[in-house]
Amino acid sequence: MKKIKGLHAPHCKNTAEMVPVAIPTPAVVTLPMKMHAGKPAIPVVKVGDQVKVGQLVGEADGRISAPVHSSVSGTVKSIDEIDGLIGEKRKSIVIASDGEQAVYEGLTPPIVTNLEEFLDAVHASGVVGLGGAGYPTAHKLTVKESVQLDYIIINGAECEPYITSDTRAMVDDADNVFEGALLLKEYLKPKKIVIGIENNKPEAIKEMRERMATVDGMEVCELPARYPQGERKVLVYNVTGRIVPEGGRLTDVGCIVINCTTVAVFAHYIKTGMPLVSRVVTVDGSAVNTPKNVIAPLGTPIGELFDFCGGLKDDVKKIIMGGPMMGAAVPNTDLPVLKITNAILAISEKDVEASKPTACIKCGRCTAKCPMRLMPSHIEDAFELKNIDLLKKYKVNMCAECSCCAFLCPARRPLSQVMVLSKKMLWEAK
Amino acid sequence: MDNIILFAVTSVTVIGAVCAAMLCIASKAMAVKVDERIAKIEAALPGSNCGACGFPGCGGYADALVNLPGTKPNLCPPGGAAVAEQIGEIMGTKAEALERTVAVVRCLGDRDALQKKMDYTGIPTCYAAKEMFSGEGACAFGCLGYGDCLLACPNEAIHLHNGLARVIPSLCISCGLCVKACPNHIISMEKESIATEVLCNNIEKGAVVRKKCGFGCIACRKCAKECPADAIAVEDNLAVIDHDKCTACGHCAEICITHSIQKMALKQ
Repeated sequence: MKKIKGLHAPHCKNTAEMVPVAIPTPAVVTLPMKMHAGKPAIPVVKVGDQVKVGQLVGEADGRISAPVHSSVSGTVKSIDEIDGLIGEKRKSIVIASDGEQAVYEGLTPPIVTNLEEFLDAVHASGVVGLGGAGYPTAHKLTVKESVQLDYIIINGAECEPYITSDTRAMVDDADNVFEGALLLKEYLKPKKIVIGIENNKPEAIKEMRERMATVDGMEVCELPARYPQGERKVLVYNVTGRIVPEGGRLTDVGCIVINCTTVAVFAHYIKTGMPLVSRVVTVDGSAVNTPKNVIAPLGTPIGELFDFCGGLKDDVKKIIMGGPMMGAAVPNTDLPVLKITNAILAISEKDVEASKPTACIKCGRCTAKCPMRLMPSHIEDAFELKNIDLLKKYKVNMCAECSCCAFLCPARRPLSQVMVLSKKMLWEAK
Repeated sequence: MDNIILFAVTSVTVIGAVCAAMLCIASKAMAVKVDERIAKIEAALPGSNCGACGFPGCGGYADALVNLPGTKPNLCPPGGAAVAEQIGEIMGTKAEALERTVAVVRCLGDRDALQKKMDYTGIPTCYAAKEMFSGEGACAFGCLGYGDCLLACPNEAIHLHNGLARVIPSLCISCGLCVKACPNHIISMEKESIATEVLCNNIEKGAVVRKKCGFGCIACRKCAKECPADAIAVEDNLAVIDHDKCTACGHCAEICITHSIQKMALKQ
């Protein structure tokens, strides 16, 4: 089987050796009710209510949703609409912290004896796909009985440049990742559990190998350190050789892909009863004075994270939430840390591409390296013509938005933005 | 030699004559009856194929008028009352007069008035910028300034001035294509008789609007209080003029603190 090699993007894993440090409790946290894919949570607190760390503030609206818990102790200041990751408005609970970080008394470890209770516990922990997609984990793990589950693949590839929060989870939180894997093995009963790690993280591979070797049906799969190994369909193909059909789910080929930090979080919840209230965020980039891995309560303004890391240099030009390939550039530092925020990057002016796009020279590099085997240059033409039939023909709905095409384009065409908008256009035309 | 030439000329002439006769007979015998009104109506229509009537082009509308009973004769906004009357004559019905409408861009936030929040270097269209924090300007409700409406206009009635779309009322053919093209929905078709209009869409609170744009409606309610005809109401932090009640005195435009209410001169 020929593995999907992907492309070589500079790794820039400057913070791989840095143990996460907790930042001081922020004065105010903003908790959007939608930090995940699916329906937003429904606020269950009123303005003026006292809340403590771990207390439920937003109730999940159905199964394709996730509850939100307070990340600080303090008073609910307001329930407001704030900007989301692309500028859309999201209902958010703003909590003024009292600095005491008192833990909510009602937190008890859930009793887990069967699959249903396990899924309920995962749902209640508020955990969503922490790698960036934000799909509610409990719903992801709910597979139909007809599905023969062969593989659960724990995604430790972390192929995006700069980000090291998953690496630190596998090193510092290795026990929780392993316990989470054991829980998955016990309740979902897959034939095999594989943890896929890129070979530029030897420490994480060592830690995981040590633990995985003790149990049958668990193994570590070493992946080439080339982007985008962590894309779920690429990971499934590179680990199992199976190809997910168009429009199909991973369970159609008997696989589930789940992020390693996600696994650690619900294992921690089942052990202690503490839901997802904080996460490790990699703060890096050429305009950050001292890059670090920090443990930040959810809802902390990203500006405070930069301040904690020595502030920003004067020539900062671009701030990105997420990795440089798939993350979103944001206009200010008031936006909060979300469940899916695995990194925030500040890039200097000299490193920001400012050249204007030129005409496509039909070199075919985008097509050659597309992990989904799409033809981005053709899709761009179809997008400019607003031709829905052509977009369907070129299967733009298969695009994983990995940005390989835009990264490689010598004409600097904004291909990844074209892909995102084409998918939206196709969705609107339905 | 002479014979060959004569033979060729004669035979070709005969074949030609026979074919011509056959075609003549066929054109009479197999003729498809076309209502001559369709051609007349098509001639009367402006022919810009803008699609504002809701039919595929002027031909489609002419066909629908004749073959689809109940199609109104006054659906052509570019043609206006004159064309509606002509169609009425051809069809033998009476057309109700329709007031001409003009596209109005409900925003005054050009580059000088609107605060900038970021540099946008992506695809330079409004559709793309809308998905990226609503473009460079601080206001998420205003003109994005990349000219999607300008490309949609079939009559070059819209131009960009300092990052703000502007309509030239005399060139507007009322087709409404710009209304559909604007991703922020800030263009609307207004009757040409309106005297004043609120040129702002921002529904945020006044203090927030003030920080973002010099021409934003801050919902101070001054216009609503002072309007002699009681035609202005403030809904969702935005003044709304009821044009049925409006007496066109123009007082609101004179007293508006932020000048977001403007006098309109839309007539040709």
